[in-house]
Amino acid sequence: MEYIPNILFALALIFGITFFTRNVKKLSRNIKLGKDVDVSGNTSQRWRNMARIALGQSKMVVRPIAGLMHIIVYVGFIIINIEVLEIIIDGLLGTHRIFAPLGTIYNVLIGSFEVLALLVIIAVVIFWIRRNIIRLKRFIKPEMEGWPKMDGNMILYIEMVLMLLFLTMNAADFQLQQLDAPHYTKAGAFPVSQFIAVLFQEASISSLIILERSAWWMHILGILAFLNYLYYSKHLHILLAFPNTFYGKLKPQGEFNNLKAVTDEVKLMMDPSADPYAAPPEDAPEPEKFGASDVMDLNWVQLMNAYTCTECGRCTSECPANQTGKKLSPRKIMMDTRDRLEEVGKNMDANKGEFVPDGKQLLDDYISREELWACTTCNACVQACPVSIDPLSIIVEMRRFLVMEQSAAPTELNNMMSNIENNGAPWPYNQMDRLNWVNE
Amino acid sequence: MSEELRVKTMEEHIAQGTQPEILFWVGSAGSYDDRAKKISRAFVKILNKANVEFGLLGPEESCTGDVAKRAGNEFLFQMQAMMNIEVLNGYEVKRIVTCDPHSFNTLKNEYPGLGGNYEVIHHTQYIKELIDNGRLSLEGQVYKEKRITFHDPCYLGRANSVYDAPREVLKNTNATIVEMKRHKKSALCCGAGGAQMFKEPEKGDMDINVLRTQDALETNPNIIATGCPYCNTMMTDGIKAHEKEDSVTVLDVAELIANSI
Repeated sequence: MEYIPNILFALALIFGITFFTRNVKKLSRNIKLGKDVDVSGNTSQRWRNMARIALGQSKMVVRPIAGLMHIIVYVGFIIINIEVLEIIIDGLLGTHRIFAPLGTIYNVLIGSFEVLALLVIIAVVIFWIRRNIIRLKRFIKPEMEGWPKMDGNMILYIEMVLMLLFLTMNAADFQLQQLDAPHYTKAGAFPVSQFIAVLFQEASISSLIILERSAWWMHILGILAFLNYLYYSKHLHILLAFPNTFYGKLKPQGEFNNLKAVTDEVKLMMDPSADPYAAPPEDAPEPEKFGASDVMDLNWVQLMNAYTCTECGRCTSECPANQTGKKLSPRKIMMDTRDRLEEVGKNMDANKGEFVPDGKQLLDDYISREELWACTTCNACVQACPVSIDPLSIIVEMRRFLVMEQSAAPTELNNMMSNIENNGAPWPYNQMDRLNWVNE
Repeated sequence: MSEELRVKTMEEHIAQGTQPEILFWVGSAGSYDDRAKKISRAFVKILNKANVEFGLLGPEESCTGDVAKRAGNEFLFQMQAMMNIEVLNGYEVKRIVTCDPHSFNTLKNEYPGLGGNYEVIHHTQYIKELIDNGRLSLEGQVYKEKRITFHDPCYLGRANSVYDAPREVLKNTNATIVEMKRHKKSALCCGAGGAQMFKEPEKGDMDINVLRTQDALETNPNIIATGCPYCNTMMTDGIKAHEKEDSVTVLDVAELIANSI
């Protein structure tokens, strides 16, 4: 009988981790639906970017208030997880505060966890106020209605509850230590929870133990549940921010990739010895589709971008089109890409791993042409993203599909392009007049 | 027509057996747009003053294809790029300067992958170089009492991290340089990029150039300086929308320098 808690704990742990692994596999499968893209080389630069942008949060502090509070929650999350390690060992072995023999170090650790927990609670409350009372503009855009809004609040509630459980557990433990309760080693420092413990002064040892155990169990089960909530939530960024910043764009922001398939065709066209009427060889691969109309046409980094997006809306608030009331929102581009990718993933799950065409695609069913044509390619969204997401590359890829596969550019742009074809300038002027300005 | 400009095409250079230091890529706007042509002229005035031996492609220059690429027409872009690369490589061009950040960006970043490898600089960088090397000296009297604010072109600033050269150059006008609230990395686009220059904007509450001009007007300037022919058009239109054309003018850095010589 005495091993029942250990067994239950081990089962909960196995269940939590198994389910999480299943989700990670699904995530990785979905990301791999994207096309291959060359990300070789520059490894040291990539590591530096990851260290600076993800680990060092360098782009978060561009907005100092949100940045500072985010760092508190982030540091709190990472450091308090050291405590989770102890909880897991205690849970499996049936010990209590197994790291207690560390003595002073242990006291400092527990003490700082408590201070961090309090700071996290404060930050989370402020975050909640920003979202729900102040209603910052970037949190109430149309794409945030419904689930995204609830998801954002849910994360804050979960974090708050986890921190409160952690402090309650410590408060009860502290009180039990004061009462010399057996099994409750005198260890740790409780700069915050000692004030909560005041509330329990009248409580008996047995009810304190029930309180401490309940808080302990709910805390760890809550963490396991949160871990499994990630896949369904924008909160996935806590994991994906790292690979995403690693694989982020290294080239100048203004540099767009040159499509290889196009290069081959153009070279052929410009080759005077090529026979323009020659039939393609029998074994020639099917000509590549230009641009993207669905998620499978994007590359895997772009798909990872979509899962990494935490919907903070910094991109959208910096977007000139969005600021002037156009429909385009770079955040929505990322959210749509993820939603469509999830839909494709579910389709595959339901059809033994094969995607069965569902008559839908990213273009038009999720992202409208009006949004795509409103972009000025100014890179403000790319610059603003704290985790190196590139919404612009998706917009351009979809424009490529519209123009090259569908000839569906706005009329004025078609005129501009035929001018370039005919006279080498976007305006209808004679190429021979290119030097007229000198003598005007 | 004010004063005689000394220009030579690459063809003339070859015929005369001279080797230019640099190629001036004029770009389509600089060649045909009435406002941008003045910028080309101002820049050549500077080049002449500094005795720079430069070449032009003239009728052999064609659109870089940049705007086609941003619009999604990769095919047209690469056609243009490869034609231009053939011409540029034929003349063994090593160094290119241009007044258009869009040409600058594509020549510098996107042409190498298609076989065009050149050192490409923006005219504000080149003017800075000329001043630093003592080849160009300025009187700097005309704008002494003026307030100038510089609008960062997206394809110069964010796209290629060139923020300091235009500002350094502007100091030589001895004007008071004031920064807009959003500048450098966080500068707002003028609204012309991504092929928007050639189409009507999508439905919204206001035009981007009007919003950006508002940023500029908040600094209470006499002059809005730009380094891009498209920004120039957009900001000039913005000034009109705000009915400030009597008190604020939009000038390219090259024009401000040419007038300060």
